[in-house]
Amino acid sequence: MDALINKRIKQVLKGDQSAYSDIVSLYQQKLYQVCYRMLGNRHEAEDIAQEAFVRAYINLHTFDLNRKFSTWLYRIATNLCIDRIRKKKPDYYLDAQVAGTDGLDMYSQISSSDRLPEEEVERMELQERIQYEISQLPDKYRTVIVLKYIEELPLQEISEILDMPLGTVKTRIHRGREALRKQLGNL
Amino acid sequence: MNACPKHIGEYMHEYLDGDISREHEIELKAHLQSCDNCRQHMQELNSTIAFVKSAAVVSVPLDFKQNVMIRLPKGRSGAGVQRWLRRHPIFVAAAMFCILMSASLLTGFNDNKEFSVTKQPNLVVEGQTVIVPEGKTVTGDIVVKNGDILVKGSVDGNITVINGQYMASTANVTGQIDEINQAFEWLWYKIKNGGKEILSFLGKNE
Repeated sequence: MDALINKRIKQVLKGDQSAYSDIVSLYQQKLYQVCYRMLGNRHEAEDIAQEAFVRAYINLHTFDLNRKFSTWLYRIATNLCIDRIRKKKPDYYLDAQVAGTDGLDMYSQISSSDRLPEEEVERMELQERIQYEISQLPDKYRTVIVLKYIEELPLQEISEILDMPLGTVKTRIHRGREALRKQLGNL
Repeated sequence: MNACPKHIGEYMHEYLDGDISREHEIELKAHLQSCDNCRQHMQELNSTIAFVKSAAVVSVPLDFKQNVMIRLPKGRSGAGVQRWLRRHPIFVAAAMFCILMSASLLTGFNDNKEFSVTKQPNLVVEGQTVIVPEGKTVTGDIVVKNGDILVKGSVDGNITVINGQYMASTANVTGQIDEINQAFEWLWYKIKNGGKEILSFLGKNE
């Protein structure tokens, strides 16, 4: 698979644009899935996933053929998703700790205040509910949870995609799991 | 789980990540057997994971690929050229050298406005015109700068005219005739001559 991808990449770099469509075919499902789970909206997911492929095409000459192409693509896509999420958010400093709370930052404040009434949540269909609960996660936890449990990627690859140490990825996954558990209450 | 050791919570996550050590796993299992709170916590974590994993695959729109291909920048982007340059720094260096060299050569072209001609017997100079008189033969090459040459007799060699005209009636020239009027040609002539010199130099050495 990697050999095939590298062959296609070389063709594209030589100017054969049509070879890129094979690359898109191979990864479109994965990339779209990640974007959808990150953004919670099909239209936006399509836009961002396409943008990710376009950016990858433009910067293809910077890709190191010795590395894994999917890791590189995921990285472009998750960065675009996070940018999009942050643009939609209000303008205050979300990482700032809230006075009088132990380790809680503005993320948790927002998700708790934005949450729908419990009866409404309980009326949701399963799939709708899953997406809703994922969207309630702060984006730094959402990214790792989506990559780990929706895409089922190994922790090592997640650490490469997000360009952060393995330890940080683990911590975020642990906190993400706990946050989800609390959101779900007694399911 | 307030009364439970804090590391039990960490072990739970180590377990869920699949990188728990054997000792930790034994300790965790023993604790879960004796502690209802922690057992429930563990169960909740497990069902949370099962819940997220039950997310259905969202299939990509049918025209997705087509739309990506439409959005790609048209034609060959500069990327190819950039990449090529990055991989061949020698060519960049060579190109820079050529540009700088041609700059100095071109300056030379503009500076030399003076009329000059190679000295050869039998040549007659009238103002800016060099004449090879009728019935006379000039042996050797003639280079005329900023002037014209009129050949009536015969020349046994090459004629080069820079910034001037070559005129002949029934001329008899055994060598090449070059007229150089433009900067580019001047440059080309210089390069060609340089090449010839190198070749003849190499030829002598062999």
